Amino acid sequence: MGFKEKMNSLKEEYKGKKMAPAFNALHTFLYTPNETTKNGSHIRAVDDLKRTMNTVILALVPVLIWGIFNAGYQYYAAIDAANGIIREPSLLGNFLTWDNFVIGAWTVLPLVIVSYAVGLGVEFVFAVIKGHEVEEGYLVTGMLVPLIVPIDIPLWMLAVAVIFGVIIGKEVFGGTGMNILNPALTIRAFLFFAYPTWMSGDKVWVHNAVDLAGTPDAISGETILGTYAANQEPIYNTFDMFFGFIPGSVGETSTFLIIIGALFLMFTKVASWRIILSAIVGAAVMGLIFNGVVDQGWITETSKFYGLMSTPFWKHLIVGGIAFGITYMATDPVSGSQTNKGKYWYGFLIGFFSIMIRVFNPAYPEGVFLAILLMNVFAPTIDHYVVQANIKNRMKRLKLRTA
Amino acid sequence: MSKDIKIKRGLDIKLVGEAEKVVSNAPKSKTYTIKPSDLHLVTPKMMFKEGGTFNAGDPIFYSKSDETIKFVSPVSGILKEIKRGAKRVITHIVIEADGKDTYADYGKMDPATANAEQIKQRLLSSGLWPFIKQRPYDIIADTDEEPRDIFISGYNSGPLAPDLELVLKGKKAQLQAAVTALSKLTEGAVHIGVPKGVNSVFSDLNDAVLHGVSGPHPSGNVGTQINKVGPVNKGETVWTISAADLVIIGEHLLTGKFNPERIIAVSGSCIEKPKYYRTTLGSEIATFLYDAGLKDEKARLVSGNVLTGERVAPDGNLGYYHNEFVAIPEGDDYEFFGWNKPVFNKISPTRALTFSWLSPNKKYDLDTNTNGEHRAFVVTGIYEEVFPLDIFPLQLLKACMVEDLDAMEQMGMYEVAPEDFALTEFICISKQPHQAIIRKGLDLMQKEIG
Repeated sequence: MGFKEKMNSLKEEYKGKKMAPAFNALHTFLYTPNETTKNGSHIRAVDDLKRTMNTVILALVPVLIWGIFNAGYQYYAAIDAANGIIREPSLLGNFLTWDNFVIGAWTVLPLVIVSYAVGLGVEFVFAVIKGHEVEEGYLVTGMLVPLIVPIDIPLWMLAVAVIFGVIIGKEVFGGTGMNILNPALTIRAFLFFAYPTWMSGDKVWVHNAVDLAGTPDAISGETILGTYAANQEPIYNTFDMFFGFIPGSVGETSTFLIIIGALFLMFTKVASWRIILSAIVGAAVMGLIFNGVVDQGWITETSKFYGLMSTPFWKHLIVGGIAFGITYMATDPVSGSQTNKGKYWYGFLIGFFSIMIRVFNPAYPEGVFLAILLMNVFAPTIDHYVVQANIKNRMKRLKLRTA
Repeated sequence: MSKDIKIKRGLDIKLVGEAEKVVSNAPKSKTYTIKPSDLHLVTPKMMFKEGGTFNAGDPIFYSKSDETIKFVSPVSGILKEIKRGAKRVITHIVIEADGKDTYADYGKMDPATANAEQIKQRLLSSGLWPFIKQRPYDIIADTDEEPRDIFISGYNSGPLAPDLELVLKGKKAQLQAAVTALSKLTEGAVHIGVPKGVNSVFSDLNDAVLHGVSGPHPSGNVGTQINKVGPVNKGETVWTISAADLVIIGEHLLTGKFNPERIIAVSGSCIEKPKYYRTTLGSEIATFLYDAGLKDEKARLVSGNVLTGERVAPDGNLGYYHNEFVAIPEGDDYEFFGWNKPVFNKISPTRALTFSWLSPNKKYDLDTNTNGEHRAFVVTGIYEEVFPLDIFPLQLLKACMVEDLDAMEQMGMYEVAPEDFALTEFICISKQPHQAIIRKGLDLMQKEIG
């Protein structure tokens, strides 16, 4: 009896029992099930939810790998900086090195493991309690979470946040497909409001910076947004910002790789190009408005908003988490707008509000996650108006005929 | 007021095992079965007891809710058995043919001179009425309602679709008689969708408005054509009749006999010699299946279209409205890492490591595997790509699932039939049963609103 047959007989054995969803989740991970169609459409297209989620994960892998190397790179760069040496980044020279990888893997992989273990654990428990299959939503969430947190975040905090995010953000609404807010962002929002000292400042973005603070070996690394918010010029050039040799949350730094991921997602039709495109437009429009305000001289260098407001609009798109947020989180189909017309508005407003929050909240200049959460809440409203337009047309048609 | 119907959104599903354009006579079936489940919402009241004898065309039962709607026997013979299911609901009416082929003669009727009432009575008394379906609700037409328009699709765009030109060859007189008769029953017009730019059997019919149809499936679905020509509003009724059933109606008017002969396409990758067969409504599928040859014992046998048809057992019968028979492989097997491997041999609406977009003309050998488990609706924006109606498919499905009658009514439930959701069901990533959801929603509306 082969492995496949063994698994099948096990499945039959578990059928109807409480642990069946847990077993099936593992089984369907290895094999697509032997389920066949009933009446109706006797054939089905090949895509299932696992494949969709898997595609998103594939698009995240380059970003994750970059994040691992960058963790090590930023660590050594900060040490050099503390000793007065300025590092020139070079991809093969001092970025893709074994030392960087060791530091990165040592810090990033535990985040990934904790995120998946805790999150999937919660999903399994709920599936068993409620007797439904384990849905795949967490596969992507579990990958997103380690990429949107600072590198040294204590693992217990992450675990608590994941439990909160999955239960309050998703399961109370009925699980995957029913949630209002993006679960990954719910987790980040929880961390942000519960442990703000771990989510901002100039000590959390570089490995060991918190532990070394106050010692003679103290190191630091401010994100570019933080620098701008403090009305200073960042020490990094545009090239570094675009390719990602900068401090920041694990996965957000390399705009270049995120663009590749976005192109892949749009090409595979897994992410909505409507949302991505209109979000970029929205961010650019808001950035241009602020640039215009500065050009008019309404805001001067003494203003605390000056730094971020005068940042060129296109630079807003390559610094901070906006590219990452637009690509991987605004496009979440469940919490986003569900109509095609609505997606244009949804995306545009995300981009628009991201930059607005960024500029007007210098204490914590990362606006994209708040903007997406805000628009998650308004997505049903947008859809409502889109659907109403269709309903109104139908009513008009009816009146025309009866008149 | 003819207008062309051109649709962009849709999907042509190309499958292997297309029927060769040869028509064979299927051996005569010993028994003929009518399943009331094919006649949606009809509760049969039998007019014969088991053992009763009748001619072809004699009424054998009528609808409990409307006694004027009669159902007639497709052949002469005796009522062999009335099979019943739970709560004594009649599930199968089995007629044994006596081989004499005697017909009840209703007399000829010239549709050009007959008036509307005469035609209506004739359709009702001679068992032709059940071929007329209505929207809203996709059920046999209500005898009290006058239809705003009548729609006929002269084009089948579905997978492995029978070639209507072949099926309707030489039936022009019958089609004309039926169209003329039907045109008297409506204030509006008889609209016929025909493939654009092709000289079809419908091309110079009188008393009808022809619309040139182009675009991918479901352009040939009558629901699509209604939506583009004149969508059903609240309070309106339109009728739909399949082209093959028109022939039966027309022949009855011309000869006075009920002769439900059908030329069906027998196709699918499990059929050895896929081709066309001349058979009769309700025949045993074994009659033609034996001749066509079945490659695989475990094949899924479908009476009707592979997207909308009904699963039948090897000893089953051809459905009441079906003009096709398909056999495809059962997919009750596991596939190792089937969800993340690149896929070349199956159709996909996306490009997520699936490569069917590279070869749009390739023919696929699909099986009945669902390729994944049932999930909640997650992915959005994908149904719209194959759904040409001016309706929000996902939102309407959700309204049906939560039984929100107001939303269903407002979002266009009167316009749709389950078959309009066959393609969205095919591509559904969450593997939801769209057609069943819509059917349930329509039934609920019919019950609550009427």
